[in-house]
Amino acid sequence: MIAHIYAAEARAELTKLIRLPAYAIPTLVFPVAFYIFFGLVMPQPNGPEAARYLLGSFGAFGTIGAALFGFGVGIAMERGQGWLAVKRASPMPPSAYVVAKVCGSLVAAGITATLLFAVAAFAGHVTLQAAQWASLAAILIFGALPFCAIGLAIGMLVRPNSAAAVVNLVYLPLSFCAGLWVPISQLPHGLRSFAPFLPTYHLGQMALGAVGFGGGSFLGHVAALAGWTFAGLAVAVWTLSRDEGRLYG
Amino acid sequence: MNDPLPARLAGISKSYGSTAALDALDLDVRPGETLALLGPNGAGKTTALRVLLGLIKPDAGTATLFGADPRRYQSRRRAGAMLQTGGVPPTATVRELIELFSTYYPQPLAVAESLERAGVAAIANRRFGDLSGGQQQRTLFALAICGNPHLLVLDEPTNNLDIEARRLLWQAIKTFVAGGRSVLIATHDLTEAERLGDRVAVLRAGRIVDDGSVSELIARSAAPTFEGAVLALAGLAPELEEVA
Repeated sequence: MIAHIYAAEARAELTKLIRLPAYAIPTLVFPVAFYIFFGLVMPQPNGPEAARYLLGSFGAFGTIGAALFGFGVGIAMERGQGWLAVKRASPMPPSAYVVAKVCGSLVAAGITATLLFAVAAFAGHVTLQAAQWASLAAILIFGALPFCAIGLAIGMLVRPNSAAAVVNLVYLPLSFCAGLWVPISQLPHGLRSFAPFLPTYHLGQMALGAVGFGGGSFLGHVAALAGWTFAGLAVAVWTLSRDEGRLYG
Repeated sequence: MNDPLPARLAGISKSYGSTAALDALDLDVRPGETLALLGPNGAGKTTALRVLLGLIKPDAGTATLFGADPRRYQSRRRAGAMLQTGGVPPTATVRELIELFSTYYPQPLAVAESLERAGVAAIANRRFGDLSGGQQQRTLFALAICGNPHLLVLDEPTNNLDIEARRLLWQAIKTFVAGGRSVLIATHDLTEAERLGDRVAVLRAGRIVDDGSVSELIARSAAPTFEGAVLALAGLAPELEEVA
């Protein structure tokens, strides 16, 4: 029975994604627009190399945005509307809500990655081996998971009206400092040594690794992201018990 | 063992900061009855209902739905609820919402029947965001009944509705009850309490000050009318007739 509920809940979430309100479109399109601007339009000293490098870093940027906005802003809005309360008063298993949102974020991350791949391959003339495309796709899709957990924590923690602002305050600086816009080697030294403390850095390095750049141990990056996932989930669980003490959670 | 009561609040206290919302509240909903929880705004109605539905953890006391802890989702499978703050994703259609909520329950009504009973069959394919206030309330009512629950919990369901929309919703509630099921309805509307309630419990500052049928409440009061009796119980002077 519970699998049936998961499926119905995920279908409802994907329907919401398809009927996307206009204000949510930038999340899907910005990473591609940035990639076109920084990777293809701006003159690069080593053109094809840069297009390949930025495919990895803007790929990570797109995935992180899809997950942070889908979860952080999505959940905060549904809390604010009272929709989350309607569901919590129903016999919906709470896990179904989270599983459906995860599905939605993975699909959104997949859409952004597909757009990027198409632009990179056809306009940027990026050539990768089939295995590289596949591993980059897997990293960009499943790399959304830790940012779902962080987004969940933000969505539960902040006031509904400020969620979009808070997500942007987390998303943009953390992406920049992790070298997702400008290669990390070109960042000031202080930022460079700070980057490994950011979850965005680890996904960025994994994506860059798939396109032949990046550094550090793959498992080390996975472990760091797993740590961030648990931290996000722990905060979310705490906020649930906090909301039980309030009239309007 | 006797079949447990549909709903029971026993010794429930709940404060928000230094404000006490509920003060050792006791309230039972018996099988087959419609209980109107009547009180002015701020008396604690919404808090009581949210404790019963497991949305709020009380500071003291025990809430049960059919004998079980409402904070476990499985305990809510025999109940349907309509909250005051029913924000729904505007892009979902009425039918999609009912189909989704029906999956949460072991033995839901057929979707067509839920649509029919809530009076939303004609707007089944419209998106929630495009509906009028009355249509949105009836859609939320459809979500409350689609699981074929034994208990309905309604928080001021006709607040802000016009006369016709209110009449339609009352009719739908009465039809639901006719099957021998129970309803707990929180309201500040005397007419609503009088029309729907087999029993009326008057809530004042987080406690039940009296409960009984409308005629019992009148008989026990010095006032000759239901309104006068309730106003006296609620501690409002008779000249302050806008109970809100």
